[in-house]
Order: sequence, then C-alpha cells, then structure tokens
Amino acid sequence: MGGGMKAALVRYLPLVLLALAWEVGARTGLVSTLALPPLSTVAAAWIELLKDGELITNGAASLWRAGAGLFLSIVIGAALGIVMAWWRPVNVLLSPLVEMFYPMPKSALIPVTVLWLGFGNGSKILLIFLGCMLPVTLGAFNGARSSEQALVWSARSMGANRLRMLWDVVVPSALPELLNGIRTALALSFILLVSSELIAAREGLGYLIGFLGASGTYDAMFAVVLTVALLGFVADRIYLVLMQRMLRWQA
Amino acid sequence: MAGIADDLPGGPLAELALEPSPPAPYRWLRTAGWGFARVFSVLALAVAWEVAARSGAFTPYMLPALSAVLERIWNDLVQGELLLNTGVTLYRALTGFLIGAVAGIVLGMAISRNAIANWFFDPIISVGFPMPKIAFLPVVILWLGVYDVSKITMIAVEAIFPVVTATIIGIRGVERELLWSARNMGAGERELLWQVALPAALPQIITGLQVALPIALIVAIVTEMFMGGYGLGGAMNTASRFADSRGVFAGIVEIAVVGYALVKIGSLIRRRRLLWHQEAVAPSTV
Repeated sequence: MGGGMKAALVRYLPLVLLALAWEVGARTGLVSTLALPPLSTVAAAWIELLKDGELITNGAASLWRAGAGLFLSIVIGAALGIVMAWWRPVNVLLSPLVEMFYPMPKSALIPVTVLWLGFGNGSKILLIFLGCMLPVTLGAFNGARSSEQALVWSARSMGANRLRMLWDVVVPSALPELLNGIRTALALSFILLVSSELIAAREGLGYLIGFLGASGTYDAMFAVVLTVALLGFVADRIYLVLMQRMLRWQA
Repeated sequence: MAGIADDLPGGPLAELALEPSPPAPYRWLRTAGWGFARVFSVLALAVAWEVAARSGAFTPYMLPALSAVLERIWNDLVQGELLLNTGVTLYRALTGFLIGAVAGIVLGMAISRNAIANWFFDPIISVGFPMPKIAFLPVVILWLGVYDVSKITMIAVEAIFPVVTATIIGIRGVERELLWSARNMGAGERELLWQVALPAALPQIITGLQVALPIALIVAIVTEMFMGGYGLGGAMNTASRFADSRGVFAGIVEIAVVGYALVKIGSLIRRRRLLWHQEAVAPSTV
C-alpha cells in the first residue's frame, strides 16, 4: 500500500508542481492577481461558496440535468442501436439518418432547445439527451453486429427463441462497445451541460461561472471552473472502474 | 500502472456499413435498392417536418416550415452573409485544429520518446482529457479578450488532447520487429522516429485527427454563441436573441451541413493517405 501511495505521488507530482507554480506566480506578482488569483484565495472562495449554499444548489441543478439527459440517452440510444443491428429493415431506414446527424455539432441545438423549452431544466435535459444518444446508439450497434455468429448459431440450435437470444447472447456481447459509447456520451454530457448553462440558463454551475465572471469575482469563478473540471474527471474515473467491473467476466 | 491508453474516451467508431452478400446477377438491383432506401429516410424526414409545420400542430415560432427555413438559407446565401459566417467559423475552427494537431503530434512524439516529458505530461493529459475544458472559456476570455485569439486558443486546447493520445498509442503500438529490423539495418534514433515509427503510427494519428476535427467545430460554435459577433454560432446567437426562429433553424441546418462536409473530407483524406495501409478504411465516420 505504501509503495502504491509513493508511486501515485511520483505520478501526480507534475500536477502538484503546477499548483505550486500557480500559487508562487500569483503571490510574487509575476502574473497579475486580477488575471490569476492565487490558488489559496481560490480555495478560500470555494469554501465561501460551499458555505452560502451556492455551490450545492447550482451543483445539484447541473448534476440532475446531466444525469437525467444521460439516462434517457443511454436507455433509448442502446435500445435503438441493438434493434438496428438485429432487424435489417430498421437499419436500412435509420442508418442514413444516424450517419447524417452523427457529425452534426450538437451545440447548434442549444438555441432551439431553449426556444422550445425555455431556460430551465427541460431544455438542458433535451439537449444532453439528443447530443449523447448517437454515440450510445453507434456503440450498441457496432457491438451487437460483431456478436459472434458462432454464439448466435449455437444458441439458435439449442432452441433459444429470438427475443431470448437477443437478451442472452447479443446484448452481453455488445457490452464492451456499448460501454465505450457510453463513456464518450458521459464526456459529451458535461461539455453540453456547461456550454448550454454558460449560454442560456438561470442556475447551474455553468451559469454560476458566467455570472461570477461577469461580476468580476474571479477567485470564485476559478473555484467553480475547477469544480466543474474536477467533477468531469471524477465522473469519468468512477465510470471507468464500473466499466472494468462489468466487463470482468468476459476477458 | 494506468497509462494514457486507458484514457481515450470511446474508441474509433466503425462505419454503419451494410454487409454486401448478394448473388451476382441481382447486385445492381440491390445496390439501387440500398441507394433508394438511403435517400428515402432523409426525404421522409424532410416531408414529415414540412407536414408537421403546416398542420398547425406547432406554431411557426416553435417549428417553422422546412420550405421557409430553406428560403431563409437561400436569402442568407444571396446576401453573402452565409458565406461570410461560414468562412469566419471555418477559419477559427481550422486554425485552432491545425495548431492543436501540430502541437499534439509533436507533444505525443516527445512523450513517447522522452522519459522526462512522459513523467511531466502524462498526468496532465490523463487528468485533462476527461475534463469539460469548455468550462475554462470565461477564464480564456479574461486572459485573451473576446476576439479570435481566445476562440482559437480554446479550440486548439480542446483539439490537442485526442491527437496527443492517439499519437502516443500509435507509436507505442508499432511492432517491435519493425523497429529491430530498422535498427539492424543501421537506422539512427532520428530516422527510426521519422521514417519508421511515425509512418507506422499514422493510422492511429489520423484517427485522432478525425476525432479532433468535429470537436474543433463544436467548440468554435460554442465560443461564437457565447461571445456573439460574426460566424455561424454568432448568427444563431443573434437570431435566438431576437426570437427569430427561422434564423435559428437555418443555423442548425447550415451548421449540420458544414459538420457533415468536414467529417466526409476527413474520411476521404484518410483513404487517400493510407492507401498503402490495411487500416485505410477502418474507422471512417466519427
């Protein structure tokens, strides 16, 4: 355990050095504290934001939006991808549309979701759902297509019916690619969440960043920016652990 | 120890190809059939949009008719605004992409050849990649102002990560036999990198570039929406501020077309550049 700690320390030392350089650079006046408040000031501002509840209420709003949008995109996107891989007519009809909409920069949908559902939760959830669905669909589709024919045949020869086979054979073998697609969607959900909250929102962490920046409280703004960045990173790491656990039986 | 290879969110996505296995005489018929099916769903969507908009179920503000939106796009084109805005957006997206691409490849090479560079940059990249870097937009504006420099910087920062990661994975994946035989034939370290490792890593690097290109466009649009002014994102910002829903929908169609074109050009370049390589067509649509 001690060795692991030491290895982790050596590995992440560059980040510590960067943080130190930030503090020293701002303290010694090497860079203007207006442009870069010292890290310790930012930390104090963070505690202040936590105390007066700003961070909690806005953070909860943001996480609810990202979570709900992502949940919808995973359920509907995965179902769509597997159905497309399993029934050819569906594939023929839908794959041109998927191919057409996949490269579309999803941030273009921010104004229209606001136009439809206003500045609140609905527009953010819709945006994240629409933006994150296609990577999940493609992951499920590619995974289900590559499910080994031999497995399908042997399941069929053992008398498994179509639906049973879908659940027992196709879905598990689609899992690795599906989980990868969800990982892309997870990263995308944070990007869409922050962009849409920066551009059109009245609460949420992205809104808080824009608000604090506009009012010139840069130490607090840096505190929220770092919080959002850290949340994105932690979400990805937690997902990675869950994903490896889910895939352990395969190997 | 976890390395950068574990940190690439999502692998390259395979194309939505339909496997062809028709008997020879009917092949042309089936090809025509597929072609029709592809056009059919896009047309059906267009018709459904027009009908839904005209049925009165939605107000023209919520859903303007496709014909009205196309008319608006035509007007934008005739007045020259469309070309100007597309040009400005593409200029920002591509400049940022190029800076990010060159910096990413150079950094990736440095990281895979040099232990100190690896020690310093590995944690920064593996922590920075999954972060929503767009949150730093107000910080970048604070430092660099509201004009092109801040937008292009933001785009370059976002574009660099997929390229660095792909370069490292690519160079790491070069077969040892290839390196050994090159060294045996008297290649120096420099030649080894430029003439063996880099070309062999090219498919991965191009995949990284193909991931970065749409990201560059997304970030360009977001920064323009946030700051306003010229550009496709700026135009949508204006339209949405004045409750001009035709303008908003026209912007979506325009941006979708530009995004589609960029991705197609990307996969075309991949096929051209990698003619000699077995992975020429592997991950095409991203």
